[in-house]
Amino acid sequence: MTLVALDGVGKRFASGTEALRGIDLKIEAGEFLSLLGPSGCGKSTLLRLIAGLAEPSSGRIARAASRQVGFVFQEATLLPWSDAITNVRLPLRLAGVARAEQEARAAEALAQVGLGGFERAYPRELSGGMRMRVSIARALVTRPSLLLMDEPFAALDELTRHRLNDDLLALWAGSGVTVVFVTHSVFESVYLSSRILVMAARPGRVAAEVRLDEPAPRPEGFRTSAGYAALCRRATEALEGAMRA
Amino acid sequence: MRRWADWLAPTLVGLLVLGGWEAAVRLLEVPAYQVPGPAAIARALAEDWPLFRSSMLVTLRIALLALLLAVTLGGLLAVIFAQSRWVERAFFPYAVVLQVTPVVAIAPLILIWVDDVTLSLLICAWIVAFFPILSNTVLGLNSADRNHVELFRLYGATRWQTLWLLRLPGALPFFLAGLRVAGGLALIGAVVAEFVAGAGGTGSGLAFRILEAGYQLKIPRMFAALALISALGIAIFAVLGLVQHLLLRRWHESAMRPEG
Repeated sequence: MTLVALDGVGKRFASGTEALRGIDLKIEAGEFLSLLGPSGCGKSTLLRLIAGLAEPSSGRIARAASRQVGFVFQEATLLPWSDAITNVRLPLRLAGVARAEQEARAAEALAQVGLGGFERAYPRELSGGMRMRVSIARALVTRPSLLLMDEPFAALDELTRHRLNDDLLALWAGSGVTVVFVTHSVFESVYLSSRILVMAARPGRVAAEVRLDEPAPRPEGFRTSAGYAALCRRATEALEGAMRA
Repeated sequence: MRRWADWLAPTLVGLLVLGGWEAAVRLLEVPAYQVPGPAAIARALAEDWPLFRSSMLVTLRIALLALLLAVTLGGLLAVIFAQSRWVERAFFPYAVVLQVTPVVAIAPLILIWVDDVTLSLLICAWIVAFFPILSNTVLGLNSADRNHVELFRLYGATRWQTLWLLRLPGALPFFLAGLRVAGGLALIGAVVAEFVAGAGGTGSGLAFRILEAGYQLKIPRMFAALALISALGIAIFAVLGLVQHLLLRRWHESAMRPEG
């Protein structure tokens, strides 16, 4: 099933900058799709269009009616004056869900990202990785069918990022949620995705598509395997090709 | 240990200054009607304590009421301004006009227009105190993080939810900073207005005590009233600082103790 379909979508900002041109894209239910590209190629803009946070200047976006969207920003974007559980239950609160159900589902989502027991911690008392986990829990609490992530781990250290990559894959495999993941890291996109769209800049467009059929969650030692290296080489070549074009 | 030092150092400086002042006045034999020493001031204060106390309460009451009015009206106006750029653009300049016009200059008019003296003092003090609250709160309400705003939009938040759950809590540190400034200004406004009202006023605030003592050349009493005004200002500032700390300590950088 197609969750979101983009047909010849372009985006031009009021400043005149053409951020995106001629994007054709179908997001299929259950896939883990990465948007890979250099800074300024419009991948975040594309994600915002998919989320409905911005309107395209040309082309059409069709969305499945049943779709519920979760969004994870580049930074954790938590409300600093609220503790973890209050942050996580925010989307339910805004939707007018009953208080008791908010609490129960938020606690469940926190446990899902490995933060059971941290309900009453304030964002500033948590590490960068934990804050990002809270942010992911907040995106999951509405049980979305589509999870949009905008370079969520870019600011984290390597080890934390690896652990969150594994946990994210486990969540994806366990819940059947569809993920669209923006990144500028070839390694991250190859590790996570079932499909990579390689983007080129000026104007932002899809330059290549790489399909991967490695099983998720990744087996132990996948990061150092020859298979992973070969896939990374393929993606890197596609990215370099896109940047030359 | 460090908290002790926080108190000890300024206390020592204060004692040294007061001691030096008293010594200078005595050694140079300065008459009390020119510069009274701290001892003479303390004596004047003690002699007329009931009078000073009631004057202090009068001034304090005006200042606190003005502050309360400034908080409610300033806060309310800020919320209205934050609803639309157009409203803010249209009305903010007039708030500025009110702020930059010296209260000493407006006070006589207000005293003429408003029959009740207490009410006119209150209005004067409010005019001075409300601006920092208004401008800080408007700034705070407009400072919501862009990503937070988008998050609220994504989850279909209503205008009211965005105000209540995002903009108001985010504006709190700004509001509290404005409140601390406004606390001191409310007192200044009250005192200035009392001066203008002068003998025509109710004649019971601390500023009136200063005027009265001046006419009678009772200089130590002038200093005593002055000291009480300063003490009031310090007390208001300290209490508002405590409020600020208690409200922000869990989440805002300004209320955090440095670690290590």
